[in-house]
Amino acid sequence: MSEIEIDKIGLKVGLEIHQQLATNKKLFCSCNPIESEEYPIRFFRRLRLAKSELGKYDPAAVFESSKSKLISYNANPQSSCLVDYDDEPPHNLDNDAKTTALIIASALHSDIFSEVHVMRKIVIDGSNTSGFQRTMLVANGGYLEVEQKKIGVQSICLEEDAAKLLKDTEAVREYSLDRLGTPLVEIALDPVEGTPSDVKKIALTLGRLLRVTRRVTRGIGSIRQDVNVSVSGGGIVEVKGVQQLDQLEEVIRYEARRQHGLQLIAEKLRKIQFDDLTKEDILDVTSFFESSKSKVIQKSLKDKALIKALKVKNFAGMFGYEPYPGIRLGKELGQQVRFFGIGGIFHSDELPNYGIEKEEVEQLRKTLKTEELDGFLIIAGSKDKIEFAIDAVINRIKEAKNGVPAETRAATPAGETVFLRPRPGASRMYPETDIPPIMISKNELEFAKNNIPKPWDSAISEIQTKYNLNKQLSEQLFDSDYLDLFESICTDKANSPNFVASILCSTITNLGRRGLDATLLKSEHIARSFELLSDGKITKESLEMIYESIMSGKTKSVEEFIEKHSSSMSEGELEHFLDDLIKNNLDIIKKQGSHSSSILMGMAMKSLRGKVAGEKINKLLEMKISKILEE
Amino acid sequence: MSDYRGYEGRSLEFLKQNKIKVGDTVKITTNLDNVATIMPRYEHSDDQHIVVKFKSGYNVGLEINDIKKIEYISSIDINQRKELSPTKPNPQLPKILLLSTGGTIASKVDYRTGSVTPALSAHDLYSIVPELDGIANIDAEVLFSEYSENLTPEHWKKIAERLDHYSKSDYRGVIVAHGTDTMQYTAAFLSFALAGFPIPVVLVGSQRSSDRPSSDAASNLIAATKFIVKSNTNGIFVSMHHTESDDDIACHFGTRVRKNHTSKRNAFETVGGAPAFIIKQDEIIQNTKSQYFKQRQYTPKINVDTRVALVKYHPGYDPKLVQDLINHGYKAIILEGTGLGHIGKNMYDIIKKAKESQIFLGMTSQCHDGRVNMAIYESGRDLLHLGITPLSDMISETALVKAMWALGNGKVDDLMLANIASEYTE
Repeated sequence: MSEIEIDKIGLKVGLEIHQQLATNKKLFCSCNPIESEEYPIRFFRRLRLAKSELGKYDPAAVFESSKSKLISYNANPQSSCLVDYDDEPPHNLDNDAKTTALIIASALHSDIFSEVHVMRKIVIDGSNTSGFQRTMLVANGGYLEVEQKKIGVQSICLEEDAAKLLKDTEAVREYSLDRLGTPLVEIALDPVEGTPSDVKKIALTLGRLLRVTRRVTRGIGSIRQDVNVSVSGGGIVEVKGVQQLDQLEEVIRYEARRQHGLQLIAEKLRKIQFDDLTKEDILDVTSFFESSKSKVIQKSLKDKALIKALKVKNFAGMFGYEPYPGIRLGKELGQQVRFFGIGGIFHSDELPNYGIEKEEVEQLRKTLKTEELDGFLIIAGSKDKIEFAIDAVINRIKEAKNGVPAETRAATPAGETVFLRPRPGASRMYPETDIPPIMISKNELEFAKNNIPKPWDSAISEIQTKYNLNKQLSEQLFDSDYLDLFESICTDKANSPNFVASILCSTITNLGRRGLDATLLKSEHIARSFELLSDGKITKESLEMIYESIMSGKTKSVEEFIEKHSSSMSEGELEHFLDDLIKNNLDIIKKQGSHSSSILMGMAMKSLRGKVAGEKINKLLEMKISKILEE
Repeated sequence: MSDYRGYEGRSLEFLKQNKIKVGDTVKITTNLDNVATIMPRYEHSDDQHIVVKFKSGYNVGLEINDIKKIEYISSIDINQRKELSPTKPNPQLPKILLLSTGGTIASKVDYRTGSVTPALSAHDLYSIVPELDGIANIDAEVLFSEYSENLTPEHWKKIAERLDHYSKSDYRGVIVAHGTDTMQYTAAFLSFALAGFPIPVVLVGSQRSSDRPSSDAASNLIAATKFIVKSNTNGIFVSMHHTESDDDIACHFGTRVRKNHTSKRNAFETVGGAPAFIIKQDEIIQNTKSQYFKQRQYTPKINVDTRVALVKYHPGYDPKLVQDLINHGYKAIILEGTGLGHIGKNMYDIIKKAKESQIFLGMTSQCHDGRVNMAIYESGRDLLHLGITPLSDMISETALVKAMWALGNGKVDDLMLANIASEYTE
C-alpha cells in the first residue's frame, strides 16, 4: 500500500450543482414549499414503466420495476396541491423562477435559448408523483471565472425538486410532498483536471455567485453537488448528494483512491484466468450451513433465505487485495448486492470469520471442489432477490478486469461513496405536452443582463459597511446559511449586528462541531429567539442554551424550552437570591473588597444563567457589594 | 408522422431549403456547435424557430436567425415498429374483449422522437400491464380512435352494435376503453340500448395520461378485468378510481355516474349514493343492497333520435331560445331547472307552446344531487299543470341520452318514466 499521487492519475472532475430558488412558490403551482410538521393527507400510488421500453438488459431497471413498490405520499395543503398530487395539470411556469434562471445564466455568460421546452425526465423511484421530473434546458455554454481561469459551463437547466423520502421499507416507500416541485437551477460545469481543493474552490465560487443574486435558498439541503469523477482510462462515476464543501473535497479524494485502486486491481486481474464464470459455478449451500454456528448465517436461515456460493477460479487473494486502505473488490461486491436489499457477502479472503470456523471453510472448499488458488463467495438472500444479486456480482467480477465501471454512487457523510445503481443510459426524456413552449423575450434577456449581481467581494464590503462588521465575519456570514436571517433579525435594530453575526456564525457552528444536529434548528427557531431577546423576555446567555436544547432533540421549540426552564425570576426573587449569596460570602467580600464582585458574579451565574441577564445581575451585585463595603 | 409536422411559413421553408426533415440528425451551428435531431413543432407555435433534441435528451427551439449553418448527418426511421410475437393464451383463464374507442388506456413513448402512441394490441397491453396476464386472456379490438368530445350518438350506436355482436360469444365480459369527457353519455346509452345484456360491459378510461408512469389507466383496467372475472353480474358499468390512491377502484352503474372533477383520478362519482361496487386489491365489495338493472331479458333496442335538447334554465334565460327548438322540429326537451325543479314565470307561455307541438318536456334539477319534486311550491304545481314530467333523481345528462334513445325506440312518455337500467334510485 502506498499513498496516492493524485496529480499522476489523470483525475477529472465535473461539477453539477443543484440550487433551490427562493421564490416561495413551486415551479408549476403557487404552493409555498415549507416543511410541514404533520400530514393530514395521505394517498398511495404505484408507478409503472412499459417493459418494452426498458431496452437492453439492465438488471437494475428490471429489478426496480419488478419491485413495483407501493408508494405512500404524505401531504399538507399548506405546501402542496392537486398539481403536486399529479391530480391536476401543471399551472404556468413561475415567472420569478424563470427570471432567476435567466439572471444566473447571464451571470455565467451562457447562451440563452429563445424558446425553452419543458421535458419529462422519467424517474420511477416514486420521488415524483407523476413518475417524471419536469426539467428544461435554459442555456448552453458560458464560463465561470475562478482565480483568473475560465471554467466552462455545459448547461443550465431549470427543474423541479423531488419529494423528500421519509421511509423506505420492503413493501412501501414513503415521501413527503412539501419539497416536490420546488424550483431548482442545475448548472453543469465542464470537467476539469486539478486537485480536490481546486474543485472545492470552483464549487465555492459558483455557490457565492448564486448566493450573491439573493434569489436562492440557503440552509442544509438547499444546494446539492453531484460530481462526475474519472481517472484516465476509467469510466465516469457520478457521485450524488454532496451537501457540504468539505465533504466534496473528501469525496473526490476518496473516489480518486478508489478508482485508481480499482485500476491496480484490474492490472493484477488481467494476469489471471478467471472470468469464464457460468451458472455452473453457483452452488446452493443452504443445507450445508444448516448446522453452522455463525449467527449471521443462522439469522439468514431463520428468515428462510437461500444461501448460495459462487466459485471463481484462480481468485484467491483478489477479493481482499487492498491497493489503498479500504479499497477492495470484496467491498465493491458487497455494495452491489445491497442494491437488491441483501445484507452483503462473505468471501474466501476474509474467512474464517463471522462465526464461520476453519473446519467449516475447509469442508466448504471440498463441497465446492475449489483448489487452494481459487476464491469463492457466499450470498444469502430471499428467493426473489438472490438471482438478481448473483447476476450483478458475476457481472461486476467480470468487469473488474476493465478497472472502473461507469456507475452512480452516493456520497456518505463521512466523505466516502457507496454504489447506488448502474449508470443510466441516455435519459428517458420526452416533451411535457401539458405546457406549451416557453418564449424568452428580448426584454427578459435585457432585464436579466441588467440584473447580474455585483461580484462577490463587493457584496462582502457592502455587508461590512452596512452592519459595521469585520471582513472575516462578513465573509463567514455570507458563506453561511444565515445571511437572510441575519438581515431580518437586524431590521429591528434591537441587537448589535456583531453580536447577531457571531451567534449565527460561531455559536451555532460550534454546537454543530460538538456533534449536535444542526438540521433540527430551523430559521424560525432562531428568528423567534431573537424576537424574545429584543422584547427582553430572554437573556443573551439563554440563546446558546436554547439552540443546544433544540439541536440535541431535547426540545422542539423555543417556547417549549422557556416553559421547561421557566426562567422568569421576579425582581424580588432576584434580590432575595443575591442577598443570600452576599450573606453567605461576607468574608470574601471583606477580604477582596470590590474585586469580590467578579467571584460572586461567577457563583450567581451558575444558578441564574439564562434566567436573568448577566448585565443586570452584575449591576445589582456591584451595587449591593459597594453598599456593604461603605457600611 | 409527416416530414414537417407542425412547421409552417418561414421555418418550413428553412427546413425545405436545407433539405432537412423531422427525424434528421444534423450538425447545427449557432454560437456553439451542436449535434441534434429535428423534432416536430408544437401546434400553433410561431414560424421563427425549429425544434431540436440534443443528445442529452433536451428539446429547445432554435431561432432561425441565430442558425449560422446546418448540415445533414443521418436520419432515423421514426415510423419503424418492431413486430412482437403474440402472447400465448392461458386456457385456464376466462376470455375478455377489450374494445377501444379512443382515450388511450395504454401508451408507448418513443424517447428518440418524444412521440406518444397508443398501445392497442393485446401484446402491448400485457407488456405495459403485466398483471393482466394472470387474470384473463384479453383480445383487443380497435373500433375507432377518437377523443371522446368528438363522439356522437352515431358512435354510440356503432359501439352498441359491436357489443350486440358479441352478446352470444364466449367472452366473460367486455371492457370498453373510452375517453373520460363523455364517458357517462356513452355509458347511459349502452345501458338503455343493451338493457339485459348477458355479460358485464365495463367502460374504463384514464384521467391522467397513460404515457406517464403514474397514470390511473392501468389500475382502472386491472380492476375492470377483476370485476368481470370475479363478480357474477351483468350490465353496463363505469370503472374508475374511487379515491386519490391507486388501491380502491369504484364501479358505477352506467346511468348513475357523473364526471364531477376536471382532472382528479376520482372524478367519477355515483350521484346520490355510494358506487355500486368497490374493487379492492383482493376483493370486490358490493354496496348496492336492492335489486338493480331491473330489465333482465336482453332485447336490444339500438336506435337513436337526436332531436332532444338539454336546457339549463337560469335567471335571464330568453324563452325565444325554446321557440328556436320548436321551429327546428325538436321532439323532446330536458329542462335543468332550479332547486326542486323550477323555471321562471316568463317561461310559461313558451312551455305551453312546446306542449301544443307535442314536445316531451322532462324536468331534472341543476343541483348536483337530490330529487325533483314539483308538488312543494306553487310554481312547481303550475309547471306540472303545464304538462312537464318530473324525472325524479335521474341525472340530467342521463335523461338527455334516455330521451334520444326513447324517441328512437318507442313511446317517449312511457319509456322516460320506466326504470330500465337503475337510472332512478328507488
